[in-house]
This record gives sequence, C-alpha cells and structure tokens, in this order.
Amino acid sequence: MFPGLIYADEISPRFVSMNIVVCVKQIPDPAAPQSLEPSHNLNRTGKLILDEADTYGVEMALQLVDAAGTGEVTVVSMGSAADLSGVRNALAMGAAKAIIISDDALRGTDALGTAKVLAAAIRRVNPDLVIAATESSDGYTGTTPVQVAELLGLPSITFAKSVTIDGSTVKVARQTEAGYDDVTSPLPCLVTVTAGVVEPRYASFKGIMAAKSKPVEQLTAADLGLSAETGSAGARQHIVAVVTAEAREAGDIHVDEGDGADKIVAFLDSIKVL
Amino acid sequence: MTINNIWVVVEPSNGALTTTSLELLTHARSLSSNVAAITWGGDGAALAAQAGDYGAATLHDTGSLNNSLPGAPVAAAIAGLIASAGAPDAILIPTSYDGRDIAGRLSARLDRPVLTNITGLNDEGGLVSEHPIFGGTQIVKAAFTAEGPGIYVIRAKSFVAESAGGAAASVNTIAVGDTGATATATITSSHAEERTGPKLEEAAVVVSGGRGLGEAANYQLISDIAKLLNGAAGASRAIVDAGWVPYSHQVGQTGKTVKPTVYIACGISGATQHMVGMKGSKNIVAINKDPDAPIFQIADFGIVGDVHKVLPALIAALQARG
Repeated sequence: MFPGLIYADEISPRFVSMNIVVCVKQIPDPAAPQSLEPSHNLNRTGKLILDEADTYGVEMALQLVDAAGTGEVTVVSMGSAADLSGVRNALAMGAAKAIIISDDALRGTDALGTAKVLAAAIRRVNPDLVIAATESSDGYTGTTPVQVAELLGLPSITFAKSVTIDGSTVKVARQTEAGYDDVTSPLPCLVTVTAGVVEPRYASFKGIMAAKSKPVEQLTAADLGLSAETGSAGARQHIVAVVTAEAREAGDIHVDEGDGADKIVAFLDSIKVL
Repeated sequence: MTINNIWVVVEPSNGALTTTSLELLTHARSLSSNVAAITWGGDGAALAAQAGDYGAATLHDTGSLNNSLPGAPVAAAIAGLIASAGAPDAILIPTSYDGRDIAGRLSARLDRPVLTNITGLNDEGGLVSEHPIFGGTQIVKAAFTAEGPGIYVIRAKSFVAESAGGAAASVNTIAVGDTGATATATITSSHAEERTGPKLEEAAVVVSGGRGLGEAANYQLISDIAKLLNGAAGASRAIVDAGWVPYSHQVGQTGKTVKPTVYIACGISGATQHMVGMKGSKNIVAINKDPDAPIFQIADFGIVGDVHKVLPALIAALQARG
C-alpha cells in the first residue's frame, strides 16, 4: 500500500538495527504570554523551543537505539524553519538528522493535514519505530500521531509509560484509567509516550557543537507531493468566534500568620465540607 | 442545518458504560431525536439497557476484539457502518485513552477532520463546538465546513449525565472489516493500581499538589489531607513530569477534568494547563507562597504562605476534629 514501508509480515526474525523517527514540534515558550493572531492562528512570532513533551520521545528513541546497538534517530518536524533551535536541541541530545517541512502554505494546517505531511516525510525514512508525544503542549489536539499511524498503515500504542524492544516486537506499558496494560505489537509501529517515560538528558557541550553540523533536510509541501489538502485552505473546520470565558472572581486571600490552617478549616466549615 | 442523527461512541468499563459516555449520550439526545451508540468488546447485550436508558435507540457492538487495542478496529467498524448505513451528522467520542485513538484513526480513515478538547456543543444552525484555550480564559467556537460526519472528541464533565428512562437499545453487531497491519497491537495483561478512597473524577474533595511542595516525599502531605477529607489526591503536570506521582493523578488539560465541591491547590501556581482541568470546581482553595500566583485569581479562598508550614498545621487541625 505504501511503497518503501516494511510491513509486519515481511520482517526478518530479528532486527539488527533500530531506525527510529521521532515527531517533534517547535512551539512558543509556554511560560511566555500567549495570544491569537487576527487569523486565529496561535501567535508564533516569538522564540520557538522544542516542546518539552517531545524531549521524552527523543530520549526514549536514543535509549532504544543504544540498546539495539546500531541504528539512528531522525527527528521530523513541521513548522517554520526560520528558527531551528528546537530541532537543533533534539540533534544536540543525540538524534542523527532532522527533516523539517517548512512552507508558508502549511500555515493553518489542521491536525489531519499535519498528519499527512508528517506521514509523507516519515515514509522517506522507512523507520522501524515512530515515536511521538501524546499531544503537543500548544495545540493539544492529541490525534495527530494516531492519524499518522493510520495513514502509514501501522499499528499504534498510545500513552506509553515504558517501551522496550524485543526482536521484532515492541512491548509497552500503556496507561489506563485503572492502572496500565501490557501491550505488544509487531514492528514497524507507532508509539506515543507520556511525560516521565524516561528522564530526558541535557544536551552536552559536545552534543551542542556536533548538532551544528548534523544534516537538517528542509522540504516543502510540494516536495512531498502535497498541496491542496494542507494549509488553512485545506482545513475543513473554521473558528466561528473567540469569546472571553466567564471569569471567576478572586475571593478572600489572607497572608498566613500562623493561622492559615485554621482559616482553611473555617472556610471548609462554611461550605459544609467538614 | 437540521441535525438528523448522531452516533455516540460509548466506552465499556467493567461491564458498564463510563460516566463520560453517559454524559455524551445525554447531550446527544438534546441535539437530535435520533441517537445511536457504538461500543466494542462483546458486552453489548449487557450494556443495551444502560445505553437505552440514556437515550440510544440502537447499540452497535463490534463484539470481542480479541484483546486488540480498540482504536484501529473500532474506527474500521465505524467506517464500515458508514459505508453501509450512511454517515450521521456527528460522531461524539469521549476524551479518553481509547476514545482519542478511535477519533484519530477514524479521521484518517474517512479523510475527515476532527475537533478535540470540546467542552460544549450547541446547535446554532449547525453544530458549533466550544474549546477552552489559554487556561480557559477564552473559548474558541468552531464548526466543520465540509461534508460530514463531524468527529467531535468531548472532555469529561462537559455535560451532566441524566437518565431519559428509555427502553433498552436494540443491539446490532457490526463487523470490524479489514484493518491490515493496523490492529495488531494486543493487550497481553492488565494491571490495576491500588487505589484507596474515591476516584479523582468523582470525589467531592480534591487536594492537589504542585512544584511548590519542593520534593516528592512531601506529596505525602497531600495524600494525608485527601484522606482526612475523604477526598482524592491530584497533581499538577509539573510534578507528574518530574516523576513524583503517576500520570493518573494529573489534573489539567492533558490530565483529568475535575469539578469537586472543593478543590484545594497546594503549591500550585496555576499554569493555564492546570487551570482548565479544575476551573469548574464549586469552590477553590489555594495555598501558595507567591501572592502573585495566577491561582489566586480564581481562588474563592487563598492563603499566601509556605505549604511546608500550612499543610502540617492543616493535618493537625483536621486530626484534632476527628
């Protein structure tokens, strides 16, 4: 169905190397004030950083490649290439190369359009495993990774708390309402990781220097054979309005003078919680 | 546009439908008199009474998925149902681990967009969904502009579940159809975390801790107060990311939405990510050493103070009351 992709039934019994794609996103610093442009797109004019949620996926991928012995990590990202410091950060952590799909025509692309772009780029790499965060920290749509998996014809395991590779199988502890499930899937597969799945490393000085010379391939939508379906014109949903939510009034605020706990108890009494 | 028919994906859990599923069914019947439900796992007959009670005339059931993760096979089954029965105007899906998988898979399969993190859905001459942004200070209203079905992924507690007293839904078995390699992820075993006290989403009192606690060991203070108040212990994303407590405790945009009688935020500054998950609480109490912390802007009652002093004193005061 998708030339170039390895299908589960064609896989040799044991992988000799692990090639992993990690989908990452450069986002406006969540600590800075956020605003919408008149177009209702998120204002992205400030400095962009690597979404912290993606650092877990990059770290997980690096550890899995280390465990396999050979292979490499490729980061794939869609967004402006004007500021690549977020992608460079992933390279500085240890990813081997990056593909960034940057195109003014992609501004305003919705989640499915984004998935189409990412899927087309991932097809070029033909990885054993695709890793993404469960959702981005700016848009929070939370469906793009699974849309990518469906477009690539791959199985997916979302909300991974731990990930191990055993031969041609990926084993995941998947978060559930009650606790977690052990889930296995043949490779290739897409996995989304929760924060805390691993402790992301800080880029070393050596890593930062090395990242400067690592390959960053820049592609346009046209390079991937996509055009009409992406961008805000291709988004088949629109924002009707943005309204201010009903504000909650601030209430009684007291500075603790050793009586804070008693005041809380009195308040809980007044609302009949005690 | 008249809303002729709505399908609601309803999630089975231990032989019953989840509360969010019932909330979606309740709301669906306020938008349309023609509501069908879709479930999986083969418990359809057992769930039909509940689905009917909350407004579904029909319950489509895929039957057993043989331990496959539901995302791919259920989306395939819904796509198959659309191919044979025609598309509904809207498909409502709960924001849950499996619900999000189903929505993403279905969106890609049907080549239809998806709207997520919805907290309101109204008929304004066509369906308009509401999405809180920037910590819930603003609401984005959105609509689909192209051919249906619209796929709407709706957050827990957006609506109140109310029984309609309807008769049991008629059960219709639907086929999963061809899923290629996509449905090969298989659950080999399930593990339940030990839980004491009420569930986070259902507790009347939620006590949450954040980075202001200083270190993981201090989360015990939160657990102790929650226990004394017969409540549940929650957490900000910051301390979940730091590995202090499991993700299942997380309140906020990427975690759980809670609307307790009282929410007690301890050492939580009030990041937008957190606020959206607890802003609907009836009463909010905040304890934070920073008087400028955003959490105080929405707190009904606040103590500007050190959680390391206030929380042990609060435990002592609550214990003294027995």
